[in-house]
Amino acid sequence: MQALDDVSVTIRENEFFTLLGPSGCGKTTLLRLIAGFDQPTRGTILLQGQDISHLPPYQRSVNTVFQSYALFPHMTVAENIGFGLEMLGKPKSEVRETADRMLKLVRMEELRDRRTDQISGGQQQRVALARALAPRPKVLLLDEPLSALDYKLRKEMQIELKRLQSETGITFIFVTHDQEEALTMSDRIAVMHAGKVLQIGSPREIYDHPADRFVADFIGDTNFLMAEVLASDGRQVRLRLASGPEIAVELPENRSASGRVTVAIRPEHARLAPDGAALNGTLENIVYLGTDTHYHVRLDGGEAFVVRNQNRRDSTEALQAGAPVGIAFEPDSVQVLRD
Amino acid sequence: MALFGQRRPFSIRRLPGFTMIAITCFVLLYTPIVTLVVYSFNAGKYIAIWEGFSLQWYVAAWNNAAVQDATIRSLVLAALASLFATTLATMAALGTTRVKPFRGLTAIYAMINQPLMVPEIVTAVALLILFAVIKVATGVQGLYYLVAAHTAFCIPFAYLPIRARLEGMDLTLETAAADLYATPWQTFRRVTLPLLFPGILAGAMLAFVISLDDVVITEFVKSAGQETLPTYMLGQLRRVITPEINAISTALLAISIIVVSLFFVITRKPS
Repeated sequence: MQALDDVSVTIRENEFFTLLGPSGCGKTTLLRLIAGFDQPTRGTILLQGQDISHLPPYQRSVNTVFQSYALFPHMTVAENIGFGLEMLGKPKSEVRETADRMLKLVRMEELRDRRTDQISGGQQQRVALARALAPRPKVLLLDEPLSALDYKLRKEMQIELKRLQSETGITFIFVTHDQEEALTMSDRIAVMHAGKVLQIGSPREIYDHPADRFVADFIGDTNFLMAEVLASDGRQVRLRLASGPEIAVELPENRSASGRVTVAIRPEHARLAPDGAALNGTLENIVYLGTDTHYHVRLDGGEAFVVRNQNRRDSTEALQAGAPVGIAFEPDSVQVLRD
Repeated sequence: MALFGQRRPFSIRRLPGFTMIAITCFVLLYTPIVTLVVYSFNAGKYIAIWEGFSLQWYVAAWNNAAVQDATIRSLVLAALASLFATTLATMAALGTTRVKPFRGLTAIYAMINQPLMVPEIVTAVALLILFAVIKVATGVQGLYYLVAAHTAFCIPFAYLPIRARLEGMDLTLETAAADLYATPWQTFRRVTLPLLFPGILAGAMLAFVISLDDVVITEFVKSAGQETLPTYMLGQLRRVITPEINAISTALLAISIIVVSLFFVITRKPS
């Protein structure tokens, strides 16, 4: 069985890079290969130009924050943090100083002599981070480290992680299946599925210009429509939506389109319009979500379409389910997807 | 649903007769031991007729040169056997849990635990014959044979708690150590061994008690003048029985209880 198939990723120095994908997509396998816990059958892993593919984990300047934290239960917080430097043969005074500095960095000074089972999950998370950062690795790997925390703590740690990354200047490779986490923290994201990297880009590029149907669907909510390419001139394309008008769109770089294609429109990029609508349909359902309201529309062509509207103080609820509605959007919010 | 709401959930403690059965079991278990201990303080010289309180049989046993000799031999033998057995069992446990499962692993489990399954008397006879051959061939005499025999049958008792501990250990901890620049030896020394220690201690203490208690194999393997405490006591039964045997038994019981209590004290988590 092949867990990774033709994966080629270049991660820049001092970057917060995220591997994003559903479980079983190969992101953890890739992480274990970088850490050295598994050996690749083919291909190479370069760290600053040096081939590390077959080095054992203890000879790589790469440290890991494990999903389960994996703190040593027979050592104190400070001993855990100093372990890496101790194994590197650093003098005792340096080990102690670095451990203290790391404790300060993650704001845990008072807990330095506690046992690891006497501190909370969020604190264990910080100790795991400090322990992995203490030896100043060239790359820090984070394997879904926030998944065991509750919502509020997770939000805090997202900001904390970003702060630690910019303060230490260490390259972070973060693995997650949570798209929101990925969008919040990353400089760049690689979206993975079934052992392949589907798209690499900044959070904005990935969200605004998803490469294909999987990426568009996995990150955020999206409406998919069928379309036919009428004419194309370089990146300028004219296409006709299956149940609507002809529109002109611009393709992202290195993309071409012909024949039948799928296009994506984000729900918040569309609006309900009484007239001048591009698409027409019937309102099926109104879902009130506090900040937003979702309007579920059945288009005349049969497809489902969702429009998201931000709620304002003065917005009144006039529409009723079953009413005929029109949907409008700007041509540049239409994204042509790769087949 | 209200009809069924009245029913109390099932609990084994409310089963009719449960308390009675439990009490009967405890009485059957402890009556002989209590009797043994009580009669060890008997002032008379019969083991079944109470004639008043006295410590004379403890004094007698303490001053009995044969008992002293057998006791020291038993303790030395148990210490050596449990040391060797625990070392071997630790290596065996690491070899059967820290490797990729391979064909024949189950067969190896069975072979390690062989002393638990083969009738002890068969092992005893086999060792008697083997050691006789070796003694004739080499002329070597001494306690080596008893140490070897005890080590062999103590291995499974040391192996089982160590393996249980290893299997319950989070493998990610060893991965984490390697990730933090620990070589395989450092990982073993700094992470695996300290976490394994309660298991090793449990194994060693179990092996110690098992060795201290053995009669059958010791009786077959020992040479003249190599009495251990149990074989000495067995020999005494063929002659006149006095409460001295109760006193020795009680002392042996006390040693076992101390070893087991020590184990609980040492392995208890500080809270």
